Amino acid sequence: MTDITLSIDGKTIAVPQGASILDACRTLEIDTPTLCFTETLEPAYACRACVVEVGPGALIPACARQVEEGMEVSTASERVIRSRRMVFELLGSATNLERADDDILRWNDSLGATKDRFGLPTKARERTAPHPGHHSPARAGDAESIQEPVKIEDDLYVRDYSACILCFRCVDACGEQHQNTFAIATAGRGFNARISTEFDFALPDSACVYCGNCIAVCPTGALVGKIQWDLRLEGQWNPSRQETKRSVCGYCGVGCNLEITTQDGRIVEVGSPADHDVTLGNLCIKGRFGWQFVYADE
Amino acid sequence: MDLRLLAATPTDVEQDAVDSVIGLPEDRDGDRIDQAVGRVALGGHQVRAERHLLLPALHSLRNARGWISEGGLGYVCERLTIPPAEAYGVATFYSLLGFEERPDRMVHVCDDIMCVGRSEATITRLEAEGVSVARSPCLGGCWSPPATLEDAVGSTFASGSDTPPVPQEPNGLRLLRRVGVVDPTSIGDYQEHGGFSALRRARELGPEEVLNELERSNLRGRGGAAFPIAVKWRGVRAAEGAVKHVIANGDESEPGTFKDRVLMEADPFALIEGLLIAAEATAATKAWIYVRAEYPTAIERLGTAIAAIEAAGLHDDLDIEIRVGAGAYICGEETSLFASIEGQRGEPRQKPPFPTTSGLFLQPTAINNIETLVAVLEVIEQGATAFAAVGTKDSTGPKLFSVSGDVHRPGVYELPFGTPLGELIALAGGARGQIGAVLLGGAAGTFIGPGDLNFELSIEGATGVGAMLGSGAVMVFNDSTDFGAIVRRIAAFFRDESCGKCVPCRIGTVRQEEALIRLADGNVIDSVESELRLLADIDAVMTDASICGLGRTAAAAVRSAIALELAGVIT
Ligand SMILES: Cc1cc2nc3c(=O)[nH]c(=O)nc-3n(C[C@H](O)[C@H](O)[C@H](O)COP(=O)(O)O)c2cc1C
Ligand code: SF4
Ligand code: SF4
Ligand code: FES
Ligand code: FES
Repeated sequence: MTDITLSIDGKTIAVPQGASILDACRTLEIDTPTLCFTETLEPAYACRACVVEVGPGALIPACARQVEEGMEVSTASERVIRSRRMVFELLGSATNLERADDDILRWNDSLGATKDRFGLPTKARERTAPHPGHHSPARAGDAESIQEPVKIEDDLYVRDYSACILCFRCVDACGEQHQNTFAIATAGRGFNARISTEFDFALPDSACVYCGNCIAVCPTGALVGKIQWDLRLEGQWNPSRQETKRSVCGYCGVGCNLEITTQDGRIVEVGSPADHDVTLGNLCIKGRFGWQFVYADE
Repeated sequence: MDLRLLAATPTDVEQDAVDSVIGLPEDRDGDRIDQAVGRVALGGHQVRAERHLLLPALHSLRNARGWISEGGLGYVCERLTIPPAEAYGVATFYSLLGFEERPDRMVHVCDDIMCVGRSEATITRLEAEGVSVARSPCLGGCWSPPATLEDAVGSTFASGSDTPPVPQEPNGLRLLRRVGVVDPTSIGDYQEHGGFSALRRARELGPEEVLNELERSNLRGRGGAAFPIAVKWRGVRAAEGAVKHVIANGDESEPGTFKDRVLMEADPFALIEGLLIAAEATAATKAWIYVRAEYPTAIERLGTAIAAIEAAGLHDDLDIEIRVGAGAYICGEETSLFASIEGQRGEPRQKPPFPTTSGLFLQPTAINNIETLVAVLEVIEQGATAFAAVGTKDSTGPKLFSVSGDVHRPGVYELPFGTPLGELIALAGGARGQIGAVLLGGAAGTFIGPGDLNFELSIEGATGVGAMLGSGAVMVFNDSTDFGAIVRRIAAFFRDESCGKCVPCRIGTVRQEEALIRLADGNVIDSVESELRLLADIDAVMTDASICGLGRTAAAAVRSAIALELAGVIT
């Protein structure tokens, strides 16, 4: 395959045709923030954290644009840094990022995002659909937030949408791109857009099959296993005491690779490696949650 | 696909409403309904190909009961094999669809830029009469505020206003020459007024020569982006694909804009003639007209016109379909409009790929504004040279302007590109009082101060004063205007109309409105300067990093109002 030569921040690089600017940045080990992008899914190009400057005109998302011969990309210009910082500031002002992936917290800090510039976030409230297009007036002095009560509807999942950044990864993992179950989708519009089942039904009343693939792709802890949630509440969740080992699932004959995480010798989470070509990080309810029965009679 | 259905059952009325759109259910081969778990697995491709009937089916449910029940939505999902969560996501996107029981009669009252302030008396009166009222963004009736829209169960919407006025004499007009002259429901009358002569000429010339004429004419799109039409149509003609589309964009929801409404209501055959020429030049196999639901007269007349053209056999077997929006400004953005027709949420897509190769259903698509398609008739009829002789070098031909606000004769005006703004205002009867500012291009546009009013109305002329012509909305405000209220209404508009997909616009539009309210209340977080820095940062990320034109223009009016120090923005 022919290579494409381009320059990024003044460095010249050749990458395969069809690669994205993001691929090229990562090849050069330029730390590029991404929120909606993840290796195993086609991104929604929605977070805009990865924007770069290519000539005049609007910035472009590095994850979305294929490299072109002779392209001159800037990832560190004032415009780029300003927009990236604002993406994190805006998200931080509306959303609880405390439990987000380490990468996200690191980018947030390195960009110097200060979320409280906009006022104090409004308190949690039910976020059942206000009518799209109908104006909900700003509440004096407060920054409208998406804080809402946590949804705990079964023994396996917790949905804490106060931490949701609308990266749409869970929707894609549940739907067309992986699981083909379509239990969740985006509902509402604008600031009131949110991830929802039909009519906001509880998960057990929806089409959900509890494969957990949404949890596996959620970068902010908005979707999390109940065990992790409970340990966190008790102040017991401690990644530094955790160990992850690979194994193969024994429930059926497919042979999905598992990543079993233990804390102090006890299983706390089961996932699958994203780079495994059979699972792409996905599992079914048995593989991901079957182990909980091991402890069920304790 | 494995589909889990809803438990609720539809009423007979709902079932009939949905069947009237999709057809009666019949046993399809391969359908398997497992009653015990309520999951149905359908023969995939064929039914999924009908997903584009989702929005029409939702309209039909609204029509029948006024709102969409669980049983009604569930029945649509079953008939079209759509996961209920997705159908719910689509239905909750549109402001004219609802999930709560509602009174049989409602009235939507515009409280947008031109109507804000003037709508309160109407709202109070209606509410006193016991009528349920919903506040609405611009209804395309800005010349006589406040505009209203009747919304009654059992019927389609009904506009509270007539076709916008065209105060100029028809003599010498091109785009508007048949408006108010021809009977918009009669194909015979249209023919007697020169109708279909452009189509005949285009057929004589053949597609290549039509494209050459358009290129020589330098006709550029009238929907806001001013893209050369010949480049777009050539792209579609050259694109690979057995199925190609042409679309007339009649969503016209930019506040202050009502010029496409005039064309669709008063000269519907002309638009369809333009669309037929487009289809033949691009080798399209399917044509669509997307009209906002708030323009019921346009929808009705276009429907009548299509039927008459088909009966006369002038359409050369081209399938022309009307699609009706459901209350979403964003659906005028071309890629959102595709999603809306496809039965998806009306969210824009990242470009490239561009519509010319990957548009509706990811197939090659030429989408054009209504006025652009009518201007094509002029190019073909008069020839490129005569067309380009009007206007300026870069902005050729005649242009429509929607004039509203503090002028004596608001309405739709046709002028050659390059006419000074002052001349347009004089034509509209002059200003009422001293002009405080003109908002050019609608909510997505720019305020122009009294010192700059004599620039030339052309693409270059507007750029010269740091503005964009946009859709050609000219909103005139005299110097007693509370611009603060107008600017905050614009900010609210973008907050309400953001689709919510990308971070800069979804949250930025909210923060922008909040900061403007704090500035108006004198309730700043730190200082006025820090609030202005906040607004500048929000402006930067929305303008630079949003997916689509909505977010990219959401700060334009605010920025210009602050720069001009318009009264009432900062107190
Ligand atoms: C938020 C938004 C709303 C738009 N609404 C309309 C509209 O109502 N009608 C229209 O013709 N173009 C609208 N456009 C522009 C279209 O995306 C597209 O450029 C246009 O239909 C192309 O037609 P033209 O080349 O003939 O102008 C809108 C764009 C944006 C970003
Ligand atoms: S719940 Fe998680 S994965 Fe889903 S959209 Fe929100 S942040 Fe993304
Ligand atoms: S800019 Fe606004 S309207 Fe456009 S995609 Fe982003 S959120 Fe949606
Ligand atoms: S990571 Fe590129 S847009 Fe989200
Ligand atoms: S109809 Fe009210 S602003 Fe246009």
